[in-house]
Order: sequence, then C-alpha cells, then structure tokens
Amino acid sequence: MSKTITLTFTLNGRQVRLETRPGTRVLDLLRGEMGLTAAKEGCGSGECGACAILVDGTAKLSCLMLAAQLEGREIVTAEGLGTVEHPHPIQASLAENGAVQCGYCTPGMTIAAAELLAHTPCPDRGEVREAISGNLCRCTGYVKIVDAVMAVSRTTGEKNS
Amino acid sequence: MSAFSSNSSGQRFHHRDTLSKAVGAERYSTDFTPPGCLWAGVKRAGVPHARIIAVHSEEARAVQGVTSVLTRADVPGTNRQGIVHKDQPVLAGSVVRHAGDPVALVVAESREALAEALACIRLECEPLPGIFDPELALKPDAPLVHPDWETGNLLARGLVDKGDAQQAMQACEVVVEGEFETPMQEHVSLEPPNGAARMTAKGVLEMIVSTQAPFRDRFEIAHALGLNPMSIRIRAPYLGGAFGGKDGATVQCLLALAALKSGGRWVRMDWGREETFLAGYKRHAARMRIRLGATRDGVLQALESTMYFDSGPYAHLGVEIMALGLEHSGGAYRIPHTRMEGFCVYTNNPVGGAFRGFGVVQAIFAIERIMDVLAARLHMDPGELRLKNALRPGEQNCAGVAMQSPSGACECLETVMAHPAWADRMAWKAKAPPFKRRGVGIAASCNAMGYGRGLPDAAAAKLELTREGNFKIFNSVADMGQGNAPAFVQLAATALKQEASRFELVQPDTRLCLPAGSSSASRTTYTFGNALLRACEAMREKLIARAALFLLVDEPNRLCLKPGEVADEATGRSVPLSMLGAMLQRDDRICVDQFVMPVVENPPDTGKEFKLGFPHVFFSHGACLCAVEVDELTGQVELKECVTAVECGRVLNPRGVEQQVQGAAAQGAGLALMEKFSTQGGRILSGDLSTYLIPTALDLPDLECATVDGDEPSGPLGLKGMGEVGIHGPAPAVAQALGDAVGLTVRSVPVEPEDVLRALRGEKS
Ligand code: FES
Ligand code: FES
Repeated sequence: MSKTITLTFTLNGRQVRLETRPGTRVLDLLRGEMGLTAAKEGCGSGECGACAILVDGTAKLSCLMLAAQLEGREIVTAEGLGTVEHPHPIQASLAENGAVQCGYCTPGMTIAAAELLAHTPCPDRGEVREAISGNLCRCTGYVKIVDAVMAVSRTTGEKNS
Repeated sequence: MSAFSSNSSGQRFHHRDTLSKAVGAERYSTDFTPPGCLWAGVKRAGVPHARIIAVHSEEARAVQGVTSVLTRADVPGTNRQGIVHKDQPVLAGSVVRHAGDPVALVVAESREALAEALACIRLECEPLPGIFDPELALKPDAPLVHPDWETGNLLARGLVDKGDAQQAMQACEVVVEGEFETPMQEHVSLEPPNGAARMTAKGVLEMIVSTQAPFRDRFEIAHALGLNPMSIRIRAPYLGGAFGGKDGATVQCLLALAALKSGGRWVRMDWGREETFLAGYKRHAARMRIRLGATRDGVLQALESTMYFDSGPYAHLGVEIMALGLEHSGGAYRIPHTRMEGFCVYTNNPVGGAFRGFGVVQAIFAIERIMDVLAARLHMDPGELRLKNALRPGEQNCAGVAMQSPSGACECLETVMAHPAWADRMAWKAKAPPFKRRGVGIAASCNAMGYGRGLPDAAAAKLELTREGNFKIFNSVADMGQGNAPAFVQLAATALKQEASRFELVQPDTRLCLPAGSSSASRTTYTFGNALLRACEAMREKLIARAALFLLVDEPNRLCLKPGEVADEATGRSVPLSMLGAMLQRDDRICVDQFVMPVVENPPDTGKEFKLGFPHVFFSHGACLCAVEVDELTGQVELKECVTAVECGRVLNPRGVEQQVQGAAAQGAGLALMEKFSTQGGRILSGDLSTYLIPTALDLPDLECATVDGDEPSGPLGLKGMGEVGIHGPAPAVAQALGDAVGLTVRSVPVEPEDVLRALRGEKS
C-alpha cells in the first residue's frame, strides 16, 4: 500500500514532479495535494462529468483515472483555462449568458466545451448538446449552457473567418 | 420594463459572482479541507427494519489511523433530530427503521483508513417485518414503525374543506374520478451533502456546511446533542445545488458529534452519491384519489380528494408538505365546494422530505390529470376547460383563501395557448414522420410562497458602509444556485443608487449575519429582499443626515444619493461615501432592519390540524405546454417542446426568472419521463446515477419561458417568489400529450416506453 511512485507531467502549463501512491485517484490528487478544487466530485463513478479535466487535449473524468496514468501527460483543469481576471472565452460566456446557477457542474462543463470548440470551432446546437451530454447539470435545464457555447463559437468563428 | 435591465453595473456584479464559479475559484463547503483534518463517515444499516442486537466495532477500532468509532451510547443529548417533529435518531441504537439509518460513526486520519474501518463494522440485528406502502401501513395488522406512537403508523391526518362537497357532488351533472400516483424523486444536487467542523479552544462548535438553513441548524444540532445553540457557529458558502435536499440535517448532527470527540481538530464529512441516494430525503411518493364534479358546460362545482403521503420512517417535513398538498389539491381553479383529506404515513421506505414544489407537485399532477378526464368526458378542449375555471383575482382557492391581486392563472394559460406549438398543433401533429406519432398537452399550476401561517416567515438584514465607502451586505439566506445573492446586490444597488461593484456580499454566517429563515419555499428574495430594502432605506436616511452635518445643510431631505457620494443639487456640493465611511464609527456605519411576511388575515375555518404552514396568502402561477413525439417501434418518448409561462409578480431580472423556470421545467420533465426511484421492500434498486437517470442535454429541448407581468404590492419592488412554480407543468402536460398522441391514460409517472407500447397495441393501461 505504501509504495510510492514519482510522476512527471504538465499541469496547467507548468512542469510538475511529485511523489504519490500510484492508486490515488487523479481527482483526489488534484483537489487534495495540489489544492486545485475546480474539478468537483459529483458521483465518483463516471456519471456526472463534474470532475472533468483535459488530458492531452481530451476531456477525461478524473474520478476514473489513477495517478500513474498522468505520467508524461499534459493536464489542464478549469483553473488552467482561465482566471477571474483572465477568463477563457467559454468561462466568460457561461457567466455572461446566465448558464451558471449553483456553478458546481460549471468547471466540468467548461472542459467539455473547450474540447468541443478545439475540434469543432463552429458547432451547431445539436453538436453542443452531444458534447456536453456527459456532464449533468441539475440547475439550468441546459438551454443557457448551449446558448453560451454557441455564443463563443460565433466569436471564434468570426475570428477565424 | 425591468428595473434592472437598464442597470449595467448590476449585470457586472452578476458576472463577477458567476465568473468565480465558472473558473473554478469559488469555494463551496466541499472545497474546504483544512490541512491535517480528520475524515468522518457513517456505517448505514442496509436493512429496512430490524432490532439492533449489537454493533461490532472492535475490528474497525483496530484499523490504523482510526481515531474514534462512535455508536448510540456515545451520543449526548436527546439523539433526536428533526425540524418540527423530532423523531429521527442521530445514530440508531435499538431499532433500524430504514436501510439508510446510521448505526456507527467513524473518524479517521485518512479517507483510506475511514473506508477500511467502515467496511469492517458489523451490525448484528434481528430483522423485523417491514411496511412499504402508505395505505397498507394504515391497516390494523400492519407492522409498526414506531410502536409507541399513539396513532400507529399514521403520522398525521389533515382535512381541508370548504362548502359542502358531498352534497354538491351529488347535484353535479358530470362527475369524473381517478386514482393517480407520483413517485419518490431524488434531488441530485450535483454537490452531495458535506461539511467540516471543529471545536474551538473557546468551546465553540464551528461548522462550514452545505445547508439551506444555517440559523435553524444550530437549534437542530443543539437539541440532538444537548448543546447550547449559541455555542454553535455555522457558515454556509454557496451551495452546489440543494432543491430542498439540504433543508434539514444531513451531515450536521453527525459531523457535530464527530467534532465533539476530536479534540479540536477539523473533521470533514462527505456523503458519496450512493450514500446520498440511500440516506438523503426524497420527494414523498403520493397516491391520490380524486373526484371532480361539474356542470354539463364544464363549470367546476365540487372536488373530493384523498392523498396518501409516504413519509418513510421519520416525519421530517412530512406534515407540512401534506398541508401544502391539500392546499393545492384544487390547483389553480375556482371550485365552490371542496373536501381534501390527507394521510401522512410512516413506512420503512427512504425518508420523505422537502423538494422543490413541496407537496404541490403531487397535488397538481392529480388535479390536472382529472381535468383531462373531465375535458374528454365533455368533449371540451383541455385548454378552454382550464381557462373557463381558472382563478381570477379576488376569487377563493380550494382552501377558501381569496386570491390577492395579481393572480395570473388566466394570463399564463392564455400565453401558452397563443404559442404556435398550441395554436398550430393540428398541423404539427399531421406532419409526424413515419413510425412517429405526436401529441401536445397543456397544464396549469400555482404554488404558494413562504412558510404560511403559524411560523413567522421572517428575515433580518444587516448592511454596513465600509471605511472605504463601499457596502457590505450580510446575507442571511443561503444561495443554493437560485441566484438570490446577486439579486440582493441588485436590490440594494438600485435602492441606494450605487454601482453594484460597490457591494460585497457576506455569505450566511450565524456569527456575523442576522437571523433569517431557510432558503426554501420560494421565499428568499421576497422576505430577505424586503428586510434588505428597509435596511437600505435606513442607510439612505443615515447617509443623508450625516452628510448634512458636513455640508452644513439644515434640510437633509434636499440631499440625494448619487454613485459614490451624497450630493446637494442646490449648491452642487457633495460628500464622497469614502469620506463618510472614514469619519463614522463602526456602530454608525451599520443599518439593520427586518421583515415578516404577512399572513392570511381571516383564515378559513379548516385545516386546523396544521399548526405550521397553512394557509398561504401569496401564490405564483404558471402554465405549461409540452409537445411530444413517440416512436411507434420502441415506445420512446421525445420531448420536442416545453413552454412554461409564469406570473411571479414584477419581473425585475428576466434572466433570473428564466433560469429558475428552465431548471424547474427540466426537473419536471425528468419526473415525467425518466426519474424512476425504485425500491423493493425498502431497498433502493436505483441507487446511483447509472440507474437513476436525470435529464442530460440530449434529453431536453430548448425549454422556453414566458413571463406574465404582475405586481405584488407587498414584494420588494413588486416581486413574488418563483423558484418552484415551474416544476409542476411538465408531468401533467406530457401525460396529456401522450393521451393525445397514442391514447395512453397516464396515471403515474415516469411514463416508460413499455406503457407507450401497450397503449399502441390498444391495451388498456
Ligand atoms: S465525479 Fe467524476 S464523473 Fe462524477
Ligand atoms: S449550475 Fe448547478 S448543477 Fe449546473
């Protein structure tokens, strides 16, 4: 049980080297030892999406990942997308469009949306719904979340064109 | 026109508040893990009804890192929790009454040690026969959940009536009847119940909890554990959702007990999702028999209804929920003669509790369904039948209380009936693709606001001018995501004519903030908002009076507040707020005021059993339209359109109303089509999010919201509460739509594909 391993990975743009037990859940590692609490625990079993993070650009559920899986990867949490002072466009858009109520699902939503927009800069509403369908939100009924992602996609789309 | 939509600074604040959530910077109670804290967890019974012989904990005590294992014998005080009726043990000692009952509390240095210790606690017990149906529980030979309770398994019976329903029913030209059921429903707030606690060196029990009622929690904990309530300090940061599930003790008493035994160290408790399913409160399952009598042209005359609420083994808020259910049995309609009887019954099922719509969801489902039966019998359009009978201002509801103006039942119905999805439904249905059938349904609803008579619905607000000339609002009611916190800033900013960015909001803290009731009953913005507006008025007067001293003005009333200053327009001179803040002593910079919600002045002579929460004086109104498409091959139902209209007084913040309505409608849609909380013999069959499904983004259409403007003279800037009214529509509207599409008679929800296929095969449901 007490065997530890040393991991090296990138976390929110910074190189990290740490010792931990290989079986530690990534969610606990982030929220505990690393002090990054944006990823939330809503179910602990892969059903809600609140714990989502980007692993090499792909949204993954950190409650289902073990520490050893981080080796050599590039990890981005919602904190790594942006801050209050410099929010990521999707974070700003969710806040501006009334898509944040209790906000507990929101960091996970930002991860799902960021992944979508990275691959599909101008999605339609159906594609947005599909992309966030692994992220449960109990407060909003999703409409404003979809609106918020569409608003960003339009901005990005304009920039791209 | 909204008072706020022109207030761009208000929008900025809203942005700041939500942005910190969006970037993951906001700290919920679940994010508060002090270094070196202990972890507490609970061993749950796992059997629905049993006599406890022993709780074997020796092995758990021996696990390395375990600091204490506590059982009933370690609980000081009464060991009884509950909001009104205190019948729920903190730790069960002699009897287990439902599978989620806690039998031991473990505290450990790490989560691993905690999990290991919990796994090796063994409950030795003698199973007892259980009772799982509220009606069967009332039979004379039913096993008793609380053998010493005088009325057997009957927790409470209530009767609300008006006129002479029996006689009026006999005289009716048309009488329809039916039996309907609504299931237990799980809140699934994304943040499960959790908190942290410690004993300070001064003997104060300090807690940070995800709670809807920080002020009330102190008394609940104190009663259960024999403490002085004033030696308990509770802080409630933003909640990650609650919907009623955090109204009443979840972790509170257990966590407090753990802290009492942990020598001043912080202790954390986090319920997992499955534990929340097992031990958390559920919407009460209800069975309702209802008879409705009318004239041949569809004017309602008489209503008789009987409701059975499954309370589970503890009262929690069951009696108060039943009171609201009976009060709404007649829905948003004018019915001269009524008799509504209710039974709230103990069983060995999970514990029933508060959930958005608080007894009204059940009642509205039954009355709306029977209205559909009546419409079919009379060959009337279901919308027209509703409109014909909808309550108008001044008319009495089914409990005999006259509707104060505004009362927008008709306007809400008219709004959804004018929507193309209703007006053009024939054409839309005719265009159904191959192997699909379409249907459209409509429903009306209302929802009382506030606690009702018997318990003062009160709040006190504190507002401070800081030394820098900004303002601190000491918020007393938790924000569980409904947005009252930013609404308070908007109210205060508007009242004091200041930019919203000048306001800081202190989240509920029983040491710093003044007492207020819970965050529930669609009351927070109304009650605390009114208190806050009064405190703002006191602040305005004070600022003007103090500024007059500086400006040497002997008629302070000619001074006025402007952004950042108090100005004298006659002379063009002004005093910056920062100067006032720097000059005044702290006592003088604080303004405090309170508000108590009015109650019905001459309450009708009925519902005497209900000491708390009956009747209500204010109601919000709603109407809902749902369009569904059914797959003939699979029986799958797709919700294609859901339009909700609400009347909730003046609309100050249209987006805030939309947010609440869309969220509520989504929960209503879940209830209609997918949220099946199944139990068998007291055991939960759908114990996690892979078996209890709530709507995802792919299960819902773009939920639409329309508002009907009212103006509630007693409300802060004319508003009423509206957190709940949007949840009622989808279940009955979807039910009607399925009748329309495939002839299915829906008597209970959620509707499953099998039900639809049976109807398609022409089988009677
Ligand atoms: S906590 Fe990871 S998916 Fe729910
Ligand atoms: S905003 Fe509360 S769960 Fe999504």
